[in-house]
Amino acid sequence: MSRIDRKFKSLKKENKKAFIAFITAGDPDIKTTEELVVSFERSGVDIIEIGVPFSDPLADGPTIQASSQRALKKGINLDKIFEVVKRIRKKTEVPIALMTYYNPVFYYGEVKFIEKAKEAGIDGIIVPDLPPEEAKVLIKEAKKKDISTIFFLSPTTSKKRIKIIVESSSGFIYYVALTGVTGARSEISSDLLVKIKEAKKYTSKPICVGFGVSNNFQVKKICKAADGVIGGSAIINEIIKNKAKKNLVRNVSSFVHKLAS
Amino acid sequence: MKIPNKTGHFGEFGGRFVPETLMSMLEDLEKVFNSLKTDKKFKKEFNFYLREYAGRPTNLYLAERLSKHLKSLKVYLKREDLLHTGAHKINNTLGQILVAKKMGKTRIIAETGAGQHGVATATAAALMGLECEVYMGAEDVRRQALNVYRMKLLGAKVTSVTSGSKTLKDAMNETIRDWVTNVNNTFYIIGSVAGPHPYPVMVRDFQSCIGRESRRQFLAKEGKLPNYLVACVGGGSNAMGLFHAFFNDKKVKMIGVEASGLGLNTDKNAAPLARGNVGVLHGSKSKLLQTKDGQVVIAHSIAAGLDYPGVGPEHSYYKNIGRAEYVSANDKEAISGLKLLSEIEGIIPAMETSHAISYLEKLAKKVSGKKTVILCLSGRGDKDVDEIKEII
Ligand SMILES: Cc1ncc(COP(=O)(O)O)c(C=O)c1O
Repeated sequence: MSRIDRKFKSLKKENKKAFIAFITAGDPDIKTTEELVVSFERSGVDIIEIGVPFSDPLADGPTIQASSQRALKKGINLDKIFEVVKRIRKKTEVPIALMTYYNPVFYYGEVKFIEKAKEAGIDGIIVPDLPPEEAKVLIKEAKKKDISTIFFLSPTTSKKRIKIIVESSSGFIYYVALTGVTGARSEISSDLLVKIKEAKKYTSKPICVGFGVSNNFQVKKICKAADGVIGGSAIINEIIKNKAKKNLVRNVSSFVHKLAS
Repeated sequence: MKIPNKTGHFGEFGGRFVPETLMSMLEDLEKVFNSLKTDKKFKKEFNFYLREYAGRPTNLYLAERLSKHLKSLKVYLKREDLLHTGAHKINNTLGQILVAKKMGKTRIIAETGAGQHGVATATAAALMGLECEVYMGAEDVRRQALNVYRMKLLGAKVTSVTSGSKTLKDAMNETIRDWVTNVNNTFYIIGSVAGPHPYPVMVRDFQSCIGRESRRQFLAKEGKLPNYLVACVGGGSNAMGLFHAFFNDKKVKMIGVEASGLGLNTDKNAAPLARGNVGVLHGSKSKLLQTKDGQVVIAHSIAAGLDYPGVGPEHSYYKNIGRAEYVSANDKEAISGLKLLSEIEGIIPAMETSHAISYLEKLAKKVSGKKTVILCLSGRGDKDVDEIKEII
């Protein structure tokens, strides 16, 4: 059982939903990433998604694209991310999932990647451009080390595929709220709740919803059907807003607290 | 063994690496495409447009003065430059737009580098009365201004992409983002033998008329098969289009010419088969120019249509199994290739094609005795004249 599994188990006991926060590693800098993770946990975040910057983030909108670019300019790579997670692990047991495009992992070597991820204290991996059909090696290696493999469901996923995806997923399943790329939006689509309920018929694994979540109204609504919510671009926007400020970590954490509650 | 296999793999290459939102649609597309392969009505319709609208078959022209200049090579030019819109790209866009119609899609999107694929897509969309949006890197909008204007005349919306390299790679990122957003009504016409399965095999099939015709025409003229096939390789569609029909003709040597930009030993090239490592970009696994951290490198070539850090998976496979040889030509050599063909044959070739032409000079020195060559003259150079004017 990974830290992610344990988290969902305890949330379920308390009849609570998960709030998952995404930040890009190294934006604005790696030290801030470390501080944000630690502070987020105290602000009510249940799971942290750390984004590995990539040159061609084709599932991302402008906010995370720009964030990725800034992090790359700082020279962030997988090894540096493993180091920061090790440092974070000295301070907190908050579950951490890495969100990364496939190429950096593939080029690093999947076996080595999973080994290093485990060593660092990473609990799950999310690869937006890797469907389960192409993920056999990664799933096998991750399973050996008790790292969760989190796959995506989307509003366009066929029934046949839902089965493959829920079977391949562990930890939780990432439900994409809309057909589109990441980025803050103020609304949620009207049939989202119905679709989540439909997906829940296929699995007892937790389903969390991300893409476009930017306000507490959406969070509350989504939680009527889902087991958790993922916030990303809205948090990155808040980081940018506070970039030059001394109390960046405090301000962003308080934003996240409001979003999560 | 069937190539590609059922999951779209050419050996270790190919596959389907896209966000989940696109997966069910790709499965549908694969089904439709497979059913159309044996659909006589579809074949008839596709061939009708290739013949009556695009101008197929294209000539296989014996370039006598060029051959005399090269001495050891007898060169035939496969005149894809004579097609409607001026390049081989139209073969593929006509095929894909018919598939799009079969799938009931009402909106067409495409990426373009040189603008040739954009123009060919805008043309096919106009022909079928479908809405069309083309994504093009800002740098290419600048260097291929004529094609931008042509697309606009054809009623397409041209969106300039300012992220990343501002060239083909980022145009493709942006097109995929549009696709993920509008997948329900939108069909993405990919311009080369790249992208997620079934695109590489679908584009190959639509382009394979180049090789089938060439083979037949060459046999009729020479009574035997050629010694060499030569084509430039960006994503690799004109090359694969020529090569595919000759796959089992083991004696026919295939040579793909990549762009080495400022040089293979600089970081400003577009030659992933020579300088890349296996990686995943834009939906498939293939050779890719990348850093030690697995970040994609910005390619460089004077030819916008070759200015791409990746290559179609089937070429990586051909290289691995030794079926084709891949060489490269740099910016300077391409310019001299363009001048050579213009002055010696009265044909101004596209900057992309000029890479292949320039390689003939090297090949001529390598061979012993007299050898025959089919060169895929993938496009004409009108679009490049403005840019060339500044350089020559
Ligand atoms: C005339 C011409 N030749 C070749 C290419 C390269 O594409 P491919 O390698 O897919 O044939 C292009 C691309 O724009 C082109 O316009």
